[in-house]
Amino acid sequence: MTSILNPLASPLLQGHAMTVQSPDDSSRASVISTAPTSAPSPAEPKIKARGVKVFYGEKQALFDVDLDVPGKSVTAFIGPSGCGKSTFLRCINRMNDTIPSARVEGSIQIDGADVNAKSVDPVVLRSRVGMVFQKPNPFPKTIFENVAYGPRIHGLATGKAELEAIVESSLKKAGLWNEVADRLHQPGTGLSGGQQQRLVIARAIAVSPEVILMDEPCSALDPIATAKIEELIDELRSQFCIVIVTHSMAQAARVSQRTAFFHLGKLVESGPTEEMFTNPRDSRTQDYITGRFG
Amino acid sequence: MLTWLSLLVLALFSGAAFVAGRRRATTAAAGRPRVLHSLPDYYGTYVALWAGVPAALLLLLGVMAGGRVEDAILQSARPAAVQALGPDRQAVFYSDVRAIAAAQSPSEVTYEGELKVALDAKVAEAKRIETVVNTAMLAGAGVLALAGFLLAFPRINPDFRARNRVEGWTSSLLIACSVAAVLTTLGIVLSLVWESWRFFQSVSPLSFLFGTEWSPQIAMRADQVASSGAFGAVPLFAGTFLIMLIAMLVAAPVGLYSAIYLSEYASRPVRGVVKPLLEVLAGVPTVVYGFFAALTVGPLFRAGFNAIGAALPPGPMATYLMEVQNQMALVAGVVMGIMLIPFVSSLSDDIINAVPQSLRDGSYAMGATKSETVKKVVLPAALPGIMAAMLLAISRAVGETMIVTMAAGLQAKLTANPLDTVTTVTVQIVTLLTGDQEFDSPKTLSAFGLGLTLFVVTLCLNIIALRIVQKYREQYD
Amino acid sequence: MTDATLGAAAPRQAPSAAEARLKKRHRAERLFKAQGIAAIVIAMIFLVVLVGRIVSQGYSTFETHTLSVPVYLNPDRIDTSDLSGVNYDYIVAEAVMKKLGLQDDDYGTISSKVQDLVSRDFGFQLLNKLKADQKLIGQTITVTGPLKADADLYFKGEIKRSTAEDDRKLDNQQLDWLDKLKKDGAITSGFNLGFFTHSDSTEPEQAGVLGAVIGSAMMLLITALIAVPVGVLAAVYLEEFAPKNRWTDIIEVNINNLAAVPSIVYGLLGLALFINWLNVPRGSPLVGGLVLALMALPTVIIATRSALKAVPPSIREAALGVGASKTQTVFHHVLPLAMPGVMTGAILSLAHALGETAPLLMIGMVSFVPGVPEGLTGAATVLPVQVFIWENASERAFHERTAAAIIVLLVFMIVMNAAAVILRRRFERRW
Repeated sequence: MTSILNPLASPLLQGHAMTVQSPDDSSRASVISTAPTSAPSPAEPKIKARGVKVFYGEKQALFDVDLDVPGKSVTAFIGPSGCGKSTFLRCINRMNDTIPSARVEGSIQIDGADVNAKSVDPVVLRSRVGMVFQKPNPFPKTIFENVAYGPRIHGLATGKAELEAIVESSLKKAGLWNEVADRLHQPGTGLSGGQQQRLVIARAIAVSPEVILMDEPCSALDPIATAKIEELIDELRSQFCIVIVTHSMAQAARVSQRTAFFHLGKLVESGPTEEMFTNPRDSRTQDYITGRFG
Repeated sequence: MLTWLSLLVLALFSGAAFVAGRRRATTAAAGRPRVLHSLPDYYGTYVALWAGVPAALLLLLGVMAGGRVEDAILQSARPAAVQALGPDRQAVFYSDVRAIAAAQSPSEVTYEGELKVALDAKVAEAKRIETVVNTAMLAGAGVLALAGFLLAFPRINPDFRARNRVEGWTSSLLIACSVAAVLTTLGIVLSLVWESWRFFQSVSPLSFLFGTEWSPQIAMRADQVASSGAFGAVPLFAGTFLIMLIAMLVAAPVGLYSAIYLSEYASRPVRGVVKPLLEVLAGVPTVVYGFFAALTVGPLFRAGFNAIGAALPPGPMATYLMEVQNQMALVAGVVMGIMLIPFVSSLSDDIINAVPQSLRDGSYAMGATKSETVKKVVLPAALPGIMAAMLLAISRAVGETMIVTMAAGLQAKLTANPLDTVTTVTVQIVTLLTGDQEFDSPKTLSAFGLGLTLFVVTLCLNIIALRIVQKYREQYD
Repeated sequence: MTDATLGAAAPRQAPSAAEARLKKRHRAERLFKAQGIAAIVIAMIFLVVLVGRIVSQGYSTFETHTLSVPVYLNPDRIDTSDLSGVNYDYIVAEAVMKKLGLQDDDYGTISSKVQDLVSRDFGFQLLNKLKADQKLIGQTITVTGPLKADADLYFKGEIKRSTAEDDRKLDNQQLDWLDKLKKDGAITSGFNLGFFTHSDSTEPEQAGVLGAVIGSAMMLLITALIAVPVGVLAAVYLEEFAPKNRWTDIIEVNINNLAAVPSIVYGLLGLALFINWLNVPRGSPLVGGLVLALMALPTVIIATRSALKAVPPSIREAALGVGASKTQTVFHHVLPLAMPGVMTGAILSLAHALGETAPLLMIGMVSFVPGVPEGLTGAATVLPVQVFIWENASERAFHERTAAAIIVLLVFMIVMNAAAVILRRRFERRW
């Protein structure tokens, strides 16, 4: 089981994926050449970013990020505040579109299709790439309505029974069902912080996305709620490609199989989590991990 | 004049007190300013305040209430010839006495015989009383100023906490200013209740609130049999409601959609142009809207309906449309709606902007389109606030005066037809209180009854609305 | 996989159904956006029509036609012992008739028709000249003055020859005379300075806004002198000093509600309190200013409070930290920093008060005041009330002047609002 799902155990992935290039390095072709581009294979990365730059007005927030993220595993983005990790995350489901001054360059492919292509409808893209935010943001509606929101707008259920089934299975997957089954029709805002965050995860799961982006999902939670979410993330990685931004290195080490370190808008280094934490290649990564800055 | 002069003298005295107090403090410090508890200016200010403020308050009181005291003394003894007059004539007599004593032009009533004698006597008395009252007031002010100075000046020594005392005066001033706002409310309530109470002495509140006939003008003609007039305000309430309804039908959708577009869709440059323009629309005085309604929209609508009437096959409908007048409820309602658009729009804009961005992000991240996000997440979240905004707009519509005064009619009709002429509470208040008025007639007093009703209704709307808004804001703070 | 996977199908649905659904959703999106744009466009059309209509009705007032005629001051017609009693209008009519080469008939029909064209202003000018210098009698002097409003409207195209003669104020003969005078160069057009130097009048051509502008200024001065200091100090107390208890809560709720009380209720308060109880003269700038001050008070308080709230607590802590008292902290640091916001709020409330009409009608400010107000307690009129009074007048020329008075009023309001905006932009501080 793990050998298939855990990229760390996959010899194919270990060879090539997530090599990092510094911005001036033109050898990015090597990454692509090692993987067959003609047909998708288990080794093909789920998300493939090449030369991604983001500007907020005049200010450049992200410099030439090249990164591959494998499917059905957890990838953590770490780095000090303002390093661009959340900015990069929001490029993947084009949430930066909602910020008028933001401009994205470069290419991000999911399963080989560029998300920034004109033909891509962000609405459809986001139904396939779910997102969980830093602060739990349940809609001021009932628990049921929160989870049913996605299936409803995307027309995923043909009847009430089917919708109820989706809600139930999503809440079960998010590990919240037992706690809320008897109060589905009470406001979602009445739950505790940790429960709210799991509700939001259930809401994201309900549309069966392929990728779930999590932007510091535990930063507003207490340690017990955090542990529950981390447990949940570990369970979910068998079905989804999960990308999590975190400022806690311990969390990155606990939940992720691969880690990418951002600093000052640049991707410094990425690779299998174990390797990053035990034997970082870049001195900046070393400094950050050992707590010299950040 | 005398008061201004005495205030000037008082100001000079107070200034002198400042200098004296300051000097006493510096002298006591003997060149070592640090031994003083407060800065020297505070000592001066302390003495100046005691010397000036109590006396100034007395003078102000004299200006406001002096006339009343003089009248009371003047009218305490009434000559027999005056007593023989009716109460109205007595009032005229005394107002003439005051006018002559103040060297102003009296009424055109001629006084003869005993009355003339009484008038002259009273005029002389009035002048005498005025002199006495003025002298007493000035003397009182002088004593207070001097006493204040003598009380404060000796207390000055280096240990005296002058700054704290002056700050005590400052806080009293601040509190007095805050109380002014409360007094305004109290003034509104008391004056409305008092005059309405007088009105309800002659007309029962039940027949006022539930009567269906409004014709106060009959009460003017005392010689008529039906001299009491009819004061059933239901037609006015109905007219007010009808116009309010039309106005909201215009303002609510246009205002709300504008707010949604501006806050969710518009690019920064569009917002930068449209928002100030809406503010211009909001800043236009209501009398201008009234002019617009009366001379542009009214004739336009009338011409339109008359043309439709002419185009229709002959029948009662066509005849009716051809006889439609300028002053229809629809005109006042539509123009009032235009006036309310920026009001609804800016309130809703604030409310919509208070919905946290995280909710929108949550919805977009689910793959919702903008309109789905607005309709299913933002608006439901903002609903209480938007309801409150609508209530405030209704309150504005109910209390709006100039548009209806200039564009709605005067006929109190109980109708739901927007093409008909209706009148409103505010129009009637204006009509009843402009022009010559006898202050004791039920006709005039009924305006206060209407005013009280208007105040109570708008107050309830406002309290509910502001409550909701407050709760709403707390939710997202 | 291709672009199509991202561009279209959501899982669990047949591709065609999903695509149809997506199309429908995007159609709904476009429709909703179009509704929003339509709302904005409607609001903007209203604004354009409102302003455009007023400007198109009013701008012609700023142009006027004046007549210059040599007037022979006939000693036979002027009784030096009673200069005010002389029929100057007839002397002027004679001068115009002479200019036109007309003779009056026995019934005075011609002269009275001529008098219908010439403003009575000529008569007043003659009277004033004679009062200043009686030696002018017997001489011929050139007098320049406005035409009567109807004649002015003819030149502006408002009265047309094509209208049936019975349906217009001037008959063909009068129009011929006007054309002749115009051709001779006796009638010239120019800027209507009189509109700004005259006060209200029963004759439209002599009516101006001077009295109303000065009345508005006096009233606004009183409002500002009362509402701004009292409002600012009250806000300072409530925001900085007041303990948070039930009483201050009540005061706060009370102020918020006062700001939403209909203005006409303030008029009723003014009538009952200031006029009936305190005997302040009716219709004077004083009582108007007092009423508007009460009305503006809550908005000034609310604006000041929000400006004070915007000053960060660190400023207060810094001042208290160097040993300033609470009062010194507030008056030396917090209030000066909040001042731009306070002034912006105050100007906006005053601009609002400037346009207020309804409460002034309650306190007797609807009378005809043919002059500049005599002091704060004299009868006065103000711009919005002048608009209301002129709108009620039946003459067509007054409607034109109403729109012109509105333009003047709007210019004042725009200036005040612009001042507020500039103040806000210039001194706005982001903490």
